[in-house]
Amino acid sequence: MSALELERVTYTYPGAGRPALDDVTVTIAPGELVVLAGASGSGKSTLLRAANGLVPHFYGGTFAGRARAAGMDTRDHGPGELAAAVGTLFQDPETQVVMGTARAELAFPLENRGETPAGVARAVEEAALALGIAQLLDRPTAELSGGELQRVALGAALAGRPSLIVLDEPTSQLDPVAGDELIATLRRLNEDSDATVVIAEHRLERCLAAADRVIALIDGRIACDAPPSEFLSWAARSQPALCTPGATLLHRLGLPPVAGVKRARAALRGTLPEVDEMLPAYEAKTHSPQRRGPRALRFDRVWHEIADGPAILRSLSLTIGPGERVALMGRNGAGKSTLLRHAAGLMRPTRGRIEASGRVALLLQNPSDYLVHETVAREASAAALATVGLDDSFAGRHPRDLSGGEKQRLALAIVIDDPAGPGATAVLCLDEPTRGMDRALKDELASLLRSLDAAVIVATHDPEFVAAFADRVVLLAGGAPIADGTAAEVLARGTYFATETARILGGAGGALRPEQGAAVLQRLTRADEVLA
Amino acid sequence: MSYRRRASPLHAARAGAGCAYCLALAIAALTLSNPIALGALTLTIAAAGVGAGVGRELRGAAVFAAPLAVMVTLVNALVTRDGLTVIWRFGNLPVLGQTDVTLEATAYGAILGLRAVALILCAALYTAAVDPDQVLRLFRRVSFRSALTASLATRMVPILARDSRRLADAQRCRPGPRPSRAQLLRATTSGVLDRALDVAAALEVRGYGAARRPQRVRRPYSRHDLAFGAAAVAVIAVAIGSRVAGLVPFQAYPSLHAPAGLGTVLVAAALAASALLPFADRRGIER
Repeated sequence: MSALELERVTYTYPGAGRPALDDVTVTIAPGELVVLAGASGSGKSTLLRAANGLVPHFYGGTFAGRARAAGMDTRDHGPGELAAAVGTLFQDPETQVVMGTARAELAFPLENRGETPAGVARAVEEAALALGIAQLLDRPTAELSGGELQRVALGAALAGRPSLIVLDEPTSQLDPVAGDELIATLRRLNEDSDATVVIAEHRLERCLAAADRVIALIDGRIACDAPPSEFLSWAARSQPALCTPGATLLHRLGLPPVAGVKRARAALRGTLPEVDEMLPAYEAKTHSPQRRGPRALRFDRVWHEIADGPAILRSLSLTIGPGERVALMGRNGAGKSTLLRHAAGLMRPTRGRIEASGRVALLLQNPSDYLVHETVAREASAAALATVGLDDSFAGRHPRDLSGGEKQRLALAIVIDDPAGPGATAVLCLDEPTRGMDRALKDELASLLRSLDAAVIVATHDPEFVAAFADRVVLLAGGAPIADGTAAEVLARGTYFATETARILGGAGGALRPEQGAAVLQRLTRADEVLA
Repeated sequence: MSYRRRASPLHAARAGAGCAYCLALAIAALTLSNPIALGALTLTIAAAGVGAGVGRELRGAAVFAAPLAVMVTLVNALVTRDGLTVIWRFGNLPVLGQTDVTLEATAYGAILGLRAVALILCAALYTAAVDPDQVLRLFRRVSFRSALTASLATRMVPILARDSRRLADAQRCRPGPRPSRAQLLRATTSGVLDRALDVAAALEVRGYGAARRPQRVRRPYSRHDLAFGAAAVAVIAVAIGSRVAGLVPFQAYPSLHAPAGLGTVLVAAALAASALLPFADRRGIER
């Protein structure tokens, strides 16, 4: 019996003009770890919802074909019944945790199934031990961090020992460390228990190395269904936006793309056996940013200390020049969001001073929070909308009907739309603007931000976006900068805060993006040939 | 304000005992009208909060309740025509007509305000010291979905408060004129509906739609379960018994009568002792 079987499934959401899944036929065998790839709106989440019965039972709409999860036809069995066999983890940890403590959260699905109290207690303990969250069991869910909440939600999905686990962008809200830990946990569970795992993800470089198979969706149809290396070859030829940076690097060098840093290094050794000796010797030629001259924003020994709590910013001093593109990085709780809120005046320092040469605009994490009018045209001026690439065709649309990327642009137009004129905004700050975005949207956003005149500061966990956008990277830890330099200086030698290209090349030449990496390796190859 | 497990006798007691204890204090507040007895009961609830380690939460609730108490006092003084002792003549006011403020109406308004404070403190004590997940388990055998809805509604309060703070921050980041209240209300409602839809989907995939009646969990009664259960019975017995026996007389109209006799003092002391005694035993309070 297959873990999941979709047979000619076509599904259209209520009121939608086109199907979200279009004649999809796929069979997933027990024990497989499958990654669903595709741009935003390609049908990844809908496929997962078809597996757990939310489609069509919860969302309604028109459903044709057959879907069977763990042998149960989803037409005859609703999500409640399927929950015994299909564990589900969504993107946002806050909305899927419904109980007051982690223990109660893990017990909830088992109690719904009418398990005995002893059975519930045992399953909760085992799930907690398997995920390493035993120490969280008696903590209130309201006090857990995003990464902890996501692991508790995963525990709730796994406590009933489902044979199929479906996960919808589970790492999009997590920092790189927590995201990598979650993927490693899934791989271990898959290997230890033979559970089938289907995971939809935009950051393919994070999970492809752990996958047995990749299914790529385009406009609701299956465009590729193959092992990771074959998928990457296909993506490099046909869908570069779905290709991982490491695979793009190898493809540019004429090598067959592979998933993961370790395999990419092995592939490079196959062509250039001396690569391990040559790369470390290739030093980056970078120039530290100029700190003198005019300033757009200056933090002067700024502290933010919470009453009866910790200090979030600790004597932080930072100067941003006009037009500079700066990325703020650091783990969750490092002080990135607090710094941006201070810059925009939403928070006041308990000690120290902040000076800005003009208005500081801030785009917070959720763009929908900015949308209060009935039409796009009433949210911002035509000039601001044009700046962010929203033309007249958007003017009459309802802001909440826009896609995620379009909402992001509209919110950006709102915050930079200063009545005093386009030059009044000296600094634009963005807090985690790439959460849940596919690579094409991220590249668009990076280009848009680079085209603005104001200095731009982005707090983000996404090193690939940083490489595309930033001139300068400030790494925060414990409320103070621990590294401040060019993107190449800071990101090239890191492990978690590094691009995949930099990790493959060990930071050689300060190359962060695949095209830079390819150039470095081509120079090295030529030098090697000359020496030979 | 939300529940957080602390090392206190009340937190160590099962939810049934905690619920009964808070309910008994609330019933006592509704039963007693004598200002000395009601004042003693209010102080007792505050002391119970301190004993449970949630004094800070109760202080926050008191800050919210105090203006309400003042408002209740003023409204009662202005709208009630009863009472013989006039302390202020406003004359003929629009809407209210001839308005004479009497000592009796003012005092009774203050009693009502004090009662409101006592009830709010009881609710705060319950919220901060009784495990909502255990309460859900307690009531789900009777009506699972109603119990879960009530539990979720309680949990949604801090989430929605966080959402509204986020929305307010986003609006502060907008340059130019601020949106109207109606626009903000529409945006907030839309956000709440989105949030509710996400939570409902999460409930579905956790098997809520196919939930079965859970099996009864038999746990041995701890010393704290017994102590708070007994305290609940004692508080109700003292409050109702003293009222029936006329030990705490109080009359607001036509003239004020609230004697501070030995009986009243004894009732106040009995209430405090029976409600606070369980906090003296601090054995086995850590989980």
